[in-house]
Amino acid sequence: MNAEPQLSSGVAVPTGAAAGSRRKRSLQTRRSRSAWLLVAPTLILLAGVAGWPLLRTIFYSFTDALLDAPHEYAFVGLANYLDFADGEAFGVLADPVWWRSVRNTLWFTFISVSLELGFGLALALLMNQKFRGQGLVRTAILVPWAIPTIVTAKMFGWMFHDQYGTVNDLLMRAGIIDGPLAWIAEPGLSMWAVVIADVWKTVPFMALMLLAALQMVPSDLYEAARVDGASAWQRFRRITLPLIFPAMIVALIFRTMDALRVFDLIYVLTSNSEATISISGYARDQMVAYQEMGVGSAASVLVFMMVAGVAAVFLSIGRMSEPKESQS
Amino acid sequence: MKLTRKQRHIGSQIWIYAASALAVLICVFPLYYAILTSLRTGQDLFLPNYLPTTFHWDNYVTSLVQNGVGRSLLNSVVVATVTVGACLLVSISGAFALARIRFRGQKAILFTVLCVSMFPQVAVLSGMFELVRFLGLYDSLGALVLSYATFSLPFTIWVLTTFMRNIPVELEEAAIVDGASLWVIITRVFAPILGPALVTTGLLAFIGAWNEFMFALTFVLSTENRTVPVAIALLQGASQYELPWGAIMAASVTVTLPIIVLVLIFQKRIVGGLTAGAVKG
Repeated sequence: MNAEPQLSSGVAVPTGAAAGSRRKRSLQTRRSRSAWLLVAPTLILLAGVAGWPLLRTIFYSFTDALLDAPHEYAFVGLANYLDFADGEAFGVLADPVWWRSVRNTLWFTFISVSLELGFGLALALLMNQKFRGQGLVRTAILVPWAIPTIVTAKMFGWMFHDQYGTVNDLLMRAGIIDGPLAWIAEPGLSMWAVVIADVWKTVPFMALMLLAALQMVPSDLYEAARVDGASAWQRFRRITLPLIFPAMIVALIFRTMDALRVFDLIYVLTSNSEATISISGYARDQMVAYQEMGVGSAASVLVFMMVAGVAAVFLSIGRMSEPKESQS
Repeated sequence: MKLTRKQRHIGSQIWIYAASALAVLICVFPLYYAILTSLRTGQDLFLPNYLPTTFHWDNYVTSLVQNGVGRSLLNSVVVATVTVGACLLVSISGAFALARIRFRGQKAILFTVLCVSMFPQVAVLSGMFELVRFLGLYDSLGALVLSYATFSLPFTIWVLTTFMRNIPVELEEAAIVDGASLWVIITRVFAPILGPALVTTGLLAFIGAWNEFMFALTFVLSTENRTVPVAIALLQGASQYELPWGAIMAASVTVTLPIIVLVLIFQKRIVGGLTAGAVKG
């Protein structure tokens, strides 16, 4: 699948063998030298807009800078992270709201990504069937994906409205609840409102990824299994699942990384309430709302380390499972 | 009771159609309801009703003109277009090198690009704030173009690299035999074939830039420079305690419909582009 059409292996210049190999080598050297020239603009720009700001964020996390005067700062060491004075702990790591946001983010990520995987797989299996109106389903599921997150947040904010929202109205008509629920204000419910909105918006992405993988499963495998008398569940468990597993892992990584940095949905849907605030939201609050650039940067660095840590875990799992896949 | 083959077939068809209908309903309902709400005014707004009742366009006028969402639409178009154009321009040559030439450090660069595309935005927020201030771009659209490159550029490079890998090697060989330089290969051979890939990549990057919220909220203060997501998020009514749901939904529908139309037109390509970046990665 990953056939890289490189020019390195004997196909480059069809001339005499000896002269050809010399020309080929010089062509290769020339090409690889210009390669750096070609990637240079990209690398410089990336260093400027990503590398440098990241370094400055790390730098500011050791200072007491304020947002309106970032140039007047003093080094405070690790005080923004954790500091002890008069037997009391200060800093981000001593802030219960920070730990609350960590719990919120992890819970949000785990629940919504699991739900997305389940619904996404179901939807992908459905779309992989042949039936009339298939095109309609494929088109319809692009709608949630295309809607801007802020609009999603506002739409669900309106549907979850405690007095006039449709969700309460429908649930009451169906007799599931007796009175209206305060989906947004009630701490126990507000995170569910966020999760539902997020799942609605991102299941299409998951489903499309998994559908692409499903369509690459050769159909004669199913034929053979059917001839051998395998049940539908056995066919799914023994053929489909192992073959789409790599794509599933990739989709899971994408979604997990995305969920861990969630900000906009929560900021708009529940106004960053303490029951739902994410780590990104916490860091931005410190920085912008309280103008504490140093503390905000420290929190940002912690967010970065957390996301990088999760990514590293995923990568090492991917590495471990790789040799097995290439054997089978 | 043993079902015949035909009965089983009909049974599974019923399941498929029921599940499809439910999926379509769930996907489309929130937008449908937003459209209904946007066409209602006064008391009508606050009575849950699932069929169109009234057709008032007042909300659209209010949100677009009075609340300045019209202006924000223009800002969003400008910011997203400039960002995507610049990123595509830079990444064509970069992606060519990464996809078609084997050189030392290639894997490391690709890995870095992938890592940057997964950056939590907040990690560069304070550094970017300083940079934006230093360049005198604070509270201007330039700040957004600059900061959007953080996530747009890695994305365009990554997707374009995947696309370029799939271009048959014979084309390039023929050009090399004809003595074409790398530059000629890129501009004369690759750029024309890449047309569709550029459209797909550009469209996906455009949607990403169009939807961005955190940078837009942080680096722009004045109402007239707001992008659409910020304008909608901060839309205020006459009083602080009453949200103008009609106007909010009208603005939401206005900014969503163009994107949905684009997505539906380019449906096949978008699905291809979305999965190309991931399945091959």
